[in-house]
Amino acid sequence: MGSMYWWMLLGMAVATYVPRMIPLTILDGKELPPIVSGVLRNIPYAVLGALIFPAILHIQDDILFGVIGAITAFTLAFLGLDVMFVVIGTIAALAVYSLF
Amino acid sequence: MGCLVNTTFFHGLKAGSSIAIGYFPVALTFGLLAKTTGLTIIEATAMSIFVYAGAAQYMSLSLLATGVAPWLIVTNTFIVNIRHFLMTAALSEKVEPAPKWKKAIYAFGITDETFSVLATQKSRQVTTAFTFGVALIAYSSWVVFTAVGHVIGANLPQFLQKAMSVALYAMFIGLLVPSMKGNRKVVLLAVIAAVIHCALYYTQLLSTGWSILVATLASAILVEILYVKSNKNVERFTTRKEAN
Repeated sequence: MGSMYWWMLLGMAVATYVPRMIPLTILDGKELPPIVSGVLRNIPYAVLGALIFPAILHIQDDILFGVIGAITAFTLAFLGLDVMFVVIGTIAALAVYSLF
Repeated sequence: MGCLVNTTFFHGLKAGSSIAIGYFPVALTFGLLAKTTGLTIIEATAMSIFVYAGAAQYMSLSLLATGVAPWLIVTNTFIVNIRHFLMTAALSEKVEPAPKWKKAIYAFGITDETFSVLATQKSRQVTTAFTFGVALIAYSSWVVFTAVGHVIGANLPQFLQKAMSVALYAMFIGLLVPSMKGNRKVVLLAVIAAVIHCALYYTQLLSTGWSILVATLASAILVEILYVKSNKNVERFTTRKEAN
């Protein structure tokens, strides 16, 4: 691909690193207004909701595949299993499903 | 999640190991796709080493294949990763105080997945050592399996490879659910963000990079306003009672 590729890579690296680094180093220990820090504390759970849906439904062309995966994962997690076992259990369930 | 132990580097490695498993199929497939797109193993692995952003890397492959201009690929990368502004801002409330240069180093390792693991730890704060542990094991998996994927291809049985595509989402669910139990605010946050994201996705109003950001922020703000208001009502009620 040549040198153009490496320039592009450099650009991509910067474009990825800046949004990761700026808030962590700039907000570093700063006292934020309560409403702002309240919103920030909400972010993790909101982000998880947005990351899971609708993407999990479309991991394969077969929507049922994602639906079964989601139901299995939620069930295992509600039963109180550790994250690692939720992951392995869901993979196992879908492996069985795609074999049949 | 038996993760009351989250202080040392080793605890971090352990907490991040589910990410390493989740990255395995995704990185493997990336390596393979990079090869079919015409990247050498050095070029493909270098992208995983220096960029380290799953969605953006996948998109760059399809854009490279269609001959899109490099600067557009860079712009696209930025847009896809804008959501990390939000995540690292949120994370700054959770990590223990540390010198800026240390934060600048582990900032490189913040992805959707490492963020989720760090931010959902039950303790009020996570230590710098723990953060480095989570980041390192995830990063190693991503880089190593990109190279492996380029060399051997995604040589897993088809059914297993299909099944493993759920891994990261199963992990997100495994992280979310323990916090949902008995906490209506968490349930509300996740459900509202999911609904908004679905709406944006199916109406194709926004590209994925923006829609995750908008859905997350909208939900976080909405729920916060809701809770601040209801708390104020409670306060007003109780002060009135006291006045009587």
